[in-house]
Amino acid sequence: MAADVLVYIDHLTGIASPASWEAVGVGAQLAKAAGGKAIAVVLGEGVEALAQLAIRYGADEALLADSPALKDFTPERYAGVLSGLVKEAGPDVVLFTTSGRTRELAGMIAVDLETGIIPDIVAYEVKDGAVLTTRPIYAGKLMAKVVIPERRPQLLTIRTRAFPMPAEDASRSGEVRRVDVPDVEALSEVVGYKEAGGGVSLTDAGIIVSGGRGVSNNPKLSPPANVTDAKEQEIWRAQQGFALIGELAQVLGAAVGASRAAVDSGYIPYAHQVGQTGRVVSPDLYVACGISGAIQHLAGMRTSKTIVAINKDPDAPIFKLARFGVVGDLFDIVPALTEAFRKKLA
Amino acid sequence: LNILACVKQTIDTAATVSVEDGKISGGESPLVLNPWDEFAVEEALRTKEAQGGQVTVLSLGPQDAKEALKQALAMGCDAAILVTDPAFEGTDSLATSKAIAGAVNKMGEIDLVFFGRTTVDYDTGVTPSQVARRLGWPSLSLVAAVVELDPAGKSITVERMLEDGRQVVRSRLPAVVSVVKEINEPRYPSFMGIRKASRMEIPEWSAADIGLTEVPAAVLGWPDVFAPPKVETHCEIIEGGSPAEIASKMVDRLVEEKVL
Repeated sequence: MAADVLVYIDHLTGIASPASWEAVGVGAQLAKAAGGKAIAVVLGEGVEALAQLAIRYGADEALLADSPALKDFTPERYAGVLSGLVKEAGPDVVLFTTSGRTRELAGMIAVDLETGIIPDIVAYEVKDGAVLTTRPIYAGKLMAKVVIPERRPQLLTIRTRAFPMPAEDASRSGEVRRVDVPDVEALSEVVGYKEAGGGVSLTDAGIIVSGGRGVSNNPKLSPPANVTDAKEQEIWRAQQGFALIGELAQVLGAAVGASRAAVDSGYIPYAHQVGQTGRVVSPDLYVACGISGAIQHLAGMRTSKTIVAINKDPDAPIFKLARFGVVGDLFDIVPALTEAFRKKLA
Repeated sequence: LNILACVKQTIDTAATVSVEDGKISGGESPLVLNPWDEFAVEEALRTKEAQGGQVTVLSLGPQDAKEALKQALAMGCDAAILVTDPAFEGTDSLATSKAIAGAVNKMGEIDLVFFGRTTVDYDTGVTPSQVARRLGWPSLSLVAAVVELDPAGKSITVERMLEDGRQVVRSRLPAVVSVVKEINEPRYPSFMGIRKASRMEIPEWSAADIGLTEVPAAVLGWPDVFAPPKVETHCEIIEGGSPAEIASKMVDRLVEEKVL
C-alpha cells in the first residue's frame, strides 16, 4: 500500500537504540495522516522481541527477517534484504534512526531504488503529498527545508531526541510476519566486536557534562615525580580534571562530553567530542565545564534544552547560550555540584 | 597500491554561516578542504608510505575546488582530478555517487577509495556507501583503524567505530573506506609540498568523460534555507560565598525550573 510507512528498527547485536521507538512514533503519526499502516522492519538473528516491542511502541504490524545470515550487521547483506522488502511492500516512506549504520544502509537503499534520502531530520509536515522535512545544515548554523517531491519511497532518518518517545503499551497487538530471507552476498565479514568504551552514549543522553581545555589548568595539582615531560604533566592534570567531570556525570546518570580543544590536546578520546566535527547532541541538560564556546562547539550543542556554563572568564561566549552560569574555577564548583546533586538525588 | 582519496571543498568550520537571498555564505572565511577529508587524505598517504603505490585525490565541484585539491597535493598526493561540469550544479548524492563511481571506473585498477565520514556543510554522510554500492565493492564505513592490509592477498581488516560499539570487519579489495577522526592525525602541507602543488596541472573531467551521457536531475528539493531562530537566553549568573553555596543554589534553580 502506497500510504504505508516502514520503520527500520536499528540495533547492534539485538539491542535496539531507544531512538528506534521515536522513529516508530513518527511512523505511526505519518501513517495515520496518510490512512496507511506503520510497519516495523526488523533484521537480525533471534530478534523477534524487537518486532514485538515495535508494536508496543505504536507499529501496526512488523516484518521480521530472522536468520543466522543476519546475525551480524553487514551493510551489503542488510541493504540487499531491506531493499527487497521495501520493493515488495511499496511504502510511501521508510524511516530510520540517524546513526553511522543507518546512513550507510539508507544510502545503499536509495541507490537500489533510485530515490532520495534525507538524513537527520528534526521536524516535518506533510505537504502536497510529500513529507516536507526540516534538517540542520552546517551543524545547525542554518536550517533547511528538504523534500523528495516525486521519487518514492521517501527515505528519511530522524535525529535522536528530536521527536517524542511514545509510551510503551503492552496491551497493543499486531501481526509479526516472518519473511523469507533471500541469499545475499555479504561483501565483508565481522570478525569481532569491541566495547564502545562504557558509559552513556552521547547522542542518546538526557544529560551531558562536558569538559574543555580548562580541565588541565588546576593550579593546585602537582603531577607525580615520575611525570616530568611538560606535555605529560598537562595530560595528567587534564585526566584529574576529567575525573571530576566523570564523577558529576555519574551522579547525574549523564554522558561525558568534551570540546575539540580537549580532544585535540589528547585529554580524552575522540568518541567524547561534541561539535561540528564530533557528535551533535541535544540533551535536556548540558553542563559545560571550562569550555569557552568556540563556534564549532556551540554548533554541536546549541539545541540542548538547558545549558549550564562554568568558566573563569566572564566574557566566554558560552555564557551567551547558557541559561545558568557560574563565573569561577571548575575545580571548586564541579566537586561542589557533585556533592549537592548527590544530596538532592539521594 | 593504487589509492584514491575523494574530497570536497567546504566553508571553514570557524565561519559564521549566513543566508542571503537563498545563497549560503561563509562571509570572508576561506573555503577549505572538508575537515573530515583531511583524515581520508592522510590515511591514503600513510597507506602508500607503508605499502608503496600512488595516491590520487579527486573532487567533484566547481573550478574553486581546485584549491582543496591543491591542499591535498601539498600534503603529498601524487595526482589530482577535478570532475566538473555545469550539469552537476545543484546535484545530490544520487548523482554524485554515480559520477564518482564513473570516475573510479575510468581510472581503472583502483585498490582502495578513501572518504571522510561526512562533510561539514550538508552532513549527509551517504556518499561513500552509495559509491560502494554503485561499484559493487565492500563499504567499510566509520573506520577508526586499519588493522591489517594485505595487498597480495587482496584483503583488508578494519575497526569500525559505531555509536554503540566497535566492529572488526574483514573484506576483499578493492573496497571503499570512510574514516573517522580517530584514525590518524593529518599532517600539515610542507613548504616544498605547497610549491610543488602550485605548479601541478589538475586535469578536468566532464560528465561525458566519465561516461555520464545524462546527469540525473536532483531528486531532493530545497524549498528553503534559513537561519535558526535566535534563542534569546538571559544567562542567570549564580553567585555565593563558597562553592558549596553556589552549587546548592544551582541545584535549587534547576529543580525550580524543572530541568531535573
